[in-house]
Amino acid sequence: MTSARIPALISELRRESRDGLVYMEVCGTHTMAISRAGLRQLLPAGIKLVSGPGCPVCVTSTADLDRVVALARRPEVTLTTFGDLVRVPASRTTLAAERAAGVDVRVVYSPLDAVNLAQAEPEREVVFAGIGFETTAPVVAAAVLEARARGVANFSVLSLHKTMPLPLRALLDLGETPISGFILPGHVSVVTGTACYEFLASEYAVGGVIAGFEPDDVLEALVMLVRQTAPAIEIGYRRAVRAEGNVVAQRLMATVFAPSDADWRGLGVIPGSGLALANQYRESAAEERFTIEIEEPVEPKGCACGEVLRGVLDPADCALFGSRCTPADPVGPCMVSSEGSCAARHRYRDVDGVV
Amino acid sequence: MTAADRILLGHGSGGKLYRDLVRDVFVAAFANPVLDRLDDAASLATSGRIALTTDSHVVQPWRFAGGDIGLLAVAGTVNDLATAAARPLALAAAFIIEEGFFMDDLRAICASMARTAAEAGVAIVTGDTKVVERGAADGIFITTTGVGEIVVDHELGAQSVRDDDAVILSGSIGDHAMAVLAARDEFHFTTTVESDCAPLWGLAEAAIAAARDTAPAAAARDTAPASAAALRFLRDPTRGGLTTVLAELAESAALGVEIEERAIPVSAAVRSICDLLGYEPLSLANEGKMVFVVAPEKADAVVAALRAHPLGRHAARIGAITAAHPGRVALRTVLGTRRVLDMPVGELLPRIC
Repeated sequence: MTSARIPALISELRRESRDGLVYMEVCGTHTMAISRAGLRQLLPAGIKLVSGPGCPVCVTSTADLDRVVALARRPEVTLTTFGDLVRVPASRTTLAAERAAGVDVRVVYSPLDAVNLAQAEPEREVVFAGIGFETTAPVVAAAVLEARARGVANFSVLSLHKTMPLPLRALLDLGETPISGFILPGHVSVVTGTACYEFLASEYAVGGVIAGFEPDDVLEALVMLVRQTAPAIEIGYRRAVRAEGNVVAQRLMATVFAPSDADWRGLGVIPGSGLALANQYRESAAEERFTIEIEEPVEPKGCACGEVLRGVLDPADCALFGSRCTPADPVGPCMVSSEGSCAARHRYRDVDGVV
Repeated sequence: MTAADRILLGHGSGGKLYRDLVRDVFVAAFANPVLDRLDDAASLATSGRIALTTDSHVVQPWRFAGGDIGLLAVAGTVNDLATAAARPLALAAAFIIEEGFFMDDLRAICASMARTAAEAGVAIVTGDTKVVERGAADGIFITTTGVGEIVVDHELGAQSVRDDDAVILSGSIGDHAMAVLAARDEFHFTTTVESDCAPLWGLAEAAIAAARDTAPAAAARDTAPASAAALRFLRDPTRGGLTTVLAELAESAALGVEIEERAIPVSAAVRSICDLLGYEPLSLANEGKMVFVVAPEKADAVVAALRAHPLGRHAARIGAITAAHPGRVALRTVLGTRRVLDMPVGELLPRIC
């Protein structure tokens, strides 16, 4: 913890900030870090922090969740995924409920574990449900290559991966929320570099700073944003992010995946914002191997996760927040995921209410 | 490897194999006059109020850095008795063993139980063993039941807690959960963290003595004046961790709890694993720590007594009871901001105790 810098950064912010500043963070890890440290309590009144579509589980559409469940229910399939997806409500069930009813769902901590599992249990069809942005996609790409190199034919991927910059364009095009600047995702940017965000400044006149995850990293990014005299994309997280990104990871993604349309909760289908397995890797695509049929998706009643993910509605202003929707008994994905903005705000609320 | 090296279904049959197992493994390890009689029930002499507790242990893997299921099974029950200020008098142990379990592993577990029981000053006086088919259990499950003699006259518990009481923690948190997590090898990391698993009666006794008005520690055991009432509440933060103990305390006492994040001891190794994997140290299981609530005027004496004990060297006053925000726990972060501490939701880590 590098909290020694914090008082100086706070007074810097107090001195330089003005009223009506709205900064959006688009990374679940930032969402949690900000709430966990209680940073909103330290900020000057003129600065408002909102969360955008940065939680991978949360932005996954109900229809896509239903497809994961449909795959898991196939008797020959062992569905593997990260833990966060297991409790998220699909239309009529959750993977956790399916698992309790005997469906073969296993939590893995790396897609490579799923490849190992497929190798160890050759009679099973091991499907990895891949969610996440440019941070996780290269690891999944590596797993696809590894399975192929080892000749593990019973491993496939349902790719629900998405890429970060396009939803930001979609948000700005909607124009629902005035956004003064973006706190850009640290982990994603380690891979992507900065060029993919330049359009924010050049086309929309909105600046952004790539931030690290300690409280002082976030505050430093805010100071940099407040000080911008002209919109620009800057790197605050210099110890990890380079302007060109991680070229090896980019190449890995470009080899195994190809851009596809993706269905975002709250934003709908954004052309080219997803990652599907590229033509020469189609045999590793679960949707090629299995027919996936789902019923008409049912959205959770009264759930405002879509508005929350667009930064239009503050989690605390959702009618269900803390009453019908809690981490123990969640209605929507933003209250379930460990990176969800509703979960962050509920878990780290002040004793006397929400901050 | 021969069949004699493994537990067979026949070892649970009640016949000769069973007799041999009991004699050669259990009685050999736990030897004491009550167990040696091999009666179906042990008879014990007590005076005064007793405490009774039971706990099942299913940790996977059964051996981990800093302990094993045997140490855990004895310490867990001794510590549960300690939360009632009860000196352990006797333990019963029931084993459910999967067919094929190695005999040498069972011997190692029993040796560990015997060592821990001796450390806690308690005898394992009766027990039971069942063997189930391969796949019907995972290795070995151990249930221990303990009887203890309560050494204070007043009621302990959330209802005895008052506004302004001090909250004291006996040492660093999260070590047990992280040691077992590392031993499970699902995350493929190695660490120097060892489980804190230990029987805590000696530590609790030191705190009980320090909370009394007059009696020095050595004499405390046999004289139990009512003035020990300065000690209000003891609880071992096992599954659900410190967060759960404090949240339950606040709820049951209908009082608030204020905790200083800065004062809570967390080792650098545990903290960095938590940062990496997204765990909250405050919600991680411990098997060798105790939370005490004492009257404020006794707080310094209790902390000093804990620090003088080998298992309490890092004891600290971590917060206070407050009449504000009844039913809720507030954490003052290192940045000076404040947030609520809720009980963790759902499965955190499977089978760590």
